Amino acid sequence: MQPFVKYRGKLAVLYRANIDTDQIIPKQFLKSVRRTGYGQNLFFEWRYDANGRPDPAFVLNRPEYRDAGILVAGNNFGCGSSREHAVWALMQFGFRVVVAPWKEESPGKRIPGFADIFRSNSIRNGLLPIELSTDEVEWIVAQDREHGPLEATVELVSQTITVYGIPENTFHFEIALDDKQMLLEGLDPIGLTLKNLADIERFEQRHNVQMPTAESSGL
Amino acid sequence: MAQTLYDKIWNEHVVRQYDDGSVLLYVDRHLVHEVTSPQAFEGLRLAGRRVRRPDLTLATVDHNVPTRQRHCVSDPVAAEQIATLERNAKEYGIPFLGLSHPEQGIVHVVGPELGFTLPGTTIVCGDSHTSTHGAFGALAFGIGTSEVEHVLATQTLRLRKSLNFRVRFVGEAGPGVTAKDMILRFIGEVGPAGGTGFVLEFCGDAIRALSMEERMTVCNMSIEAGARAGLIAPDEVTFDYVASDDRPYAPRGRALREAIRRWEKLASDKDAKFDREIELNISDLEPQVTWGTSPGMVTGISGEVPEPEQVKHFSRDDAAKALAYTKLKPGQKIVDIPIDVVFLGSCTNGRLSDLRIAAEILKGKKISPHVRMIVVPGSERIRRRAEKEGLDKIFKEAGAEWRHAGCSMCLAMNEDRLEPGQRCASTTNRNFESRQGRDSITHLVSPATAAASAIAGHLSDPREYFA
Ligand code: SF4
Repeated sequence: MQPFVKYRGKLAVLYRANIDTDQIIPKQFLKSVRRTGYGQNLFFEWRYDANGRPDPAFVLNRPEYRDAGILVAGNNFGCGSSREHAVWALMQFGFRVVVAPWKEESPGKRIPGFADIFRSNSIRNGLLPIELSTDEVEWIVAQDREHGPLEATVELVSQTITVYGIPENTFHFEIALDDKQMLLEGLDPIGLTLKNLADIERFEQRHNVQMPTAESSGL
Repeated sequence: MAQTLYDKIWNEHVVRQYDDGSVLLYVDRHLVHEVTSPQAFEGLRLAGRRVRRPDLTLATVDHNVPTRQRHCVSDPVAAEQIATLERNAKEYGIPFLGLSHPEQGIVHVVGPELGFTLPGTTIVCGDSHTSTHGAFGALAFGIGTSEVEHVLATQTLRLRKSLNFRVRFVGEAGPGVTAKDMILRFIGEVGPAGGTGFVLEFCGDAIRALSMEERMTVCNMSIEAGARAGLIAPDEVTFDYVASDDRPYAPRGRALREAIRRWEKLASDKDAKFDREIELNISDLEPQVTWGTSPGMVTGISGEVPEPEQVKHFSRDDAAKALAYTKLKPGQKIVDIPIDVVFLGSCTNGRLSDLRIAAEILKGKKISPHVRMIVVPGSERIRRRAEKEGLDKIFKEAGAEWRHAGCSMCLAMNEDRLEPGQRCASTTNRNFESRQGRDSITHLVSPATAAASAIAGHLSDPREYFA
């Protein structure tokens, strides 16, 4: 996978909650057996009208946002299906970072910025999901409205994103240690796990006693 | 220390721990379908890796398959995807349920039917509705394609543990109110991200009273609340299901009796700690219907379309956008919403009991002349059984179409899709924008509500058929 250390790029804002994977890349594009060719169909139903013409009002169709590399969205981004095609589409369009807010729904109850499966799919491809507070994201959204398009620098080692608004502002974000490591080093998770093959084999020996395996399936 | 059911299954599958807090978790069962697997097999091939345990893997085609005539896949790209899975299965020695296999069906329907899904196991699939299998007390969750490749190569996943969320259903549902209504009600209560980061455990008298098929409906939609997995502790109902019928993958005889003895211990300890808990009383529960573009935008059948500022878990803007998309006005009565299409099927509600309850309502009646109704059994086994019971005749005589097994209009990847602007009462699990066809509108309902609505030509309360 592609390592992620530092990135500077333009922000595009699509500030809606619950942007689902059907929206990010609709099913008609999932028939491909390849890993490439998804970028031009990212957000297909919002980007193009029924006749396939680009909607000029949609943010990614506006010339000044076309080369954006950081997407700013609403909370629960990437909910819905497990399709990794959503991450491939975002990256093949040119995104390296998605920013979404966590939300405090009631005291102590935190609604996360990203759906679980989307988050792990992102990490495994080198797309960085950044969770900020709602206030922070709304500051970015407001800055974009007034001064956009904005640029930002993301540094994974220090876990910061600096947005060049007026004034410029640096936000810290949290990320799990294993995810951070994997991104920084662009590791091959399968290769890493296979280093622990002996553990797996040992586990299988003791586990098979407890667990019925597939009997002659007759299939 | 007291453990939850999730803790127990998790701990039993930890191969090793890492310093960063993640663990390597063993995968007992891996289900594979044609859409999320080709790039994973390709990755294996490029790296010169093999499938570690083809014997613990099972592949089926479902998302892309034609349901009208079995063998003409009109779309060449879809045909290639189906052929690719067949090739990959053959090359790597994985059992494969192809288009002409008598056990072909939706991946989350055939796993349980074949006894591939068993209590206490870990089950994964490149599909978010893998949560369905949690109904057996199996830890089952969806994964992305990179993880599919990881499981193929290693039979493990590197994961961090989720939190525990107990969902207790109490009370007794009235006639015509089903498992689908229970889970929709729960999603409305906690919102579409209320379960994110958690594994749900459904419990309580009202869960115990459900059949295996109904329990699958409940666990199926865990993901619609953001939870990757939902669990129900196994009991007699579960054991009977595994022991009965033709389940080639399930243990039999002495092996089964021993397994059941182990499975009986699969329950949360009395004083186990949950990070979040909720209790829902279903005694007054009505049939539920979604009105928006998220499964959390849901209300009772006797209700009205809400004002955008009064929708729990959604901002005014998001609710207003949803209403603009579904072309509804606040205050409009739900039962006044006319429909064009009824879809009965999917891994949520395409099982035999779902078809039976709909057939019971439709028997001797005609669907509204303005409505097109499509019935798609979840598997070929279900199709055969339903035909033996004569359900197909009831559907056809009522004016509905009777199809072969597949995902069909649940996600509209094959040719079964809605036209722009069409409105559908659907027994599926997602009402996202354009899910069932570009600019189409989906109302998620139970099979009973779907059948009642098909007759009426508008969203309709099924309880009158049970009076
Ligand atoms: S029936 Fe629908 S939800 Fe279930 S696996 Fe198929 S597409 Fe997914």
